[in-house]
Amino acid sequence: MIFNFPYIAVVALILIGLYAVVFKRNLIKIVIGITFIECGVNLFLITLAYREGSTAPIYTASPGGIMSLPVPHALTLTSIVIGVAVLALMLSLIIHIYKIYGTLDVRNIGREKE
Amino acid sequence: MMSRIVKTISNIAFPIVTIYGLYVIAHGHLTPGGGFQGGAVVASGCAMVLVAYGSVWTMRKVKEKHLSILESLGAIGFIGLGFIGILLVFFYSSSDGNFFQNFLLKQDVIPIFNEIGKGLSNINTAGVLPLMNFAVGLKVIAGLFVIVLVMAYATRLKGEKQK
Amino acid sequence: MSSRNIVGAVFFVIIAVFLFFSALLIHPFGEFNEDNNPEMDQYIIDNAQNQTGADNSVTSVVFDYRGFDTLGEATVLFTAVAGVILLFRRLKK
Repeated sequence: MIFNFPYIAVVALILIGLYAVVFKRNLIKIVIGITFIECGVNLFLITLAYREGSTAPIYTASPGGIMSLPVPHALTLTSIVIGVAVLALMLSLIIHIYKIYGTLDVRNIGREKE
Repeated sequence: MMSRIVKTISNIAFPIVTIYGLYVIAHGHLTPGGGFQGGAVVASGCAMVLVAYGSVWTMRKVKEKHLSILESLGAIGFIGLGFIGILLVFFYSSSDGNFFQNFLLKQDVIPIFNEIGKGLSNINTAGVLPLMNFAVGLKVIAGLFVIVLVMAYATRLKGEKQK
Repeated sequence: MSSRNIVGAVFFVIIAVFLFFSALLIHPFGEFNEDNNPEMDQYIIDNAQNQTGADNSVTSVVFDYRGFDTLGEATVLFTAVAGVILLFRRLKK
């Protein structure tokens, strides 16, 4: 088995999101890139909470043995809800920008003195 | 608006999804789940009804003022349960109180939710936690449904015929 | 190839190299030694059933041991919903 495989998956998600934010011109594609970075950070938080050969930290009909750490699970819940809130506000602002300017190209928005 | 087959199937599936979501909220202290997860399940069931019936019909039935009042009630309930722990110091001066204290856990005055669980999945356990689960679940249901409804109503096409 | 694209490409390559090397040099997946031993989480696993009375350790961490973070998250959700409703109001003439 390859060691550290979940950490390489986290790096791949963050790099794909960063490429979409830096090099793309459409506003919707930039928002999708921001969502990819947020998904990579959530996966990194869950990966830190695993112990070798452990089960879920719940006592109802548990099979015994070691349990994984419960604190990073709680931090990931908060991070997912904050991601949803930021995504809702970004999409509302994009609807208003399209109504006023008529285009979604980043290079033609917001330059009124030229 | 979609065809009659889609409306009939969404009429049948909506109560099943709502009951499953309320089950996940109510058993938050025994199985994996809780307020946020169960609220997301019920909100996706409501979004299915919105897609099947169209945004104009749904906005006529459910106005956004009532949903906003429901969400504020959930937030007031959550903060009020945190402040009751401080009020206990003023009334019964023998107990020590903090912010967010579990005041229902080991006492016999109010006989609800006052035992300690032993892994046998008894609902009657864990103090203030099930009440906090209901408050947060109500807030998440109302919040996610009102976001989807307002954004769908603002981008409707002009000249849509009502069937 | 404008100058904006070249500066963006240089920074992207620097961040990509840094992330790759940190993913290969981090501690192995699932092992804990004396550099990062989980004292706080072991205390929570041992005492959560007696102190809070819930069978689910994650719920007791979210609402009892760290209830203040949940209060902040509820505030963020309320602010986002208020912002979305504010942006789509129709002013009646």
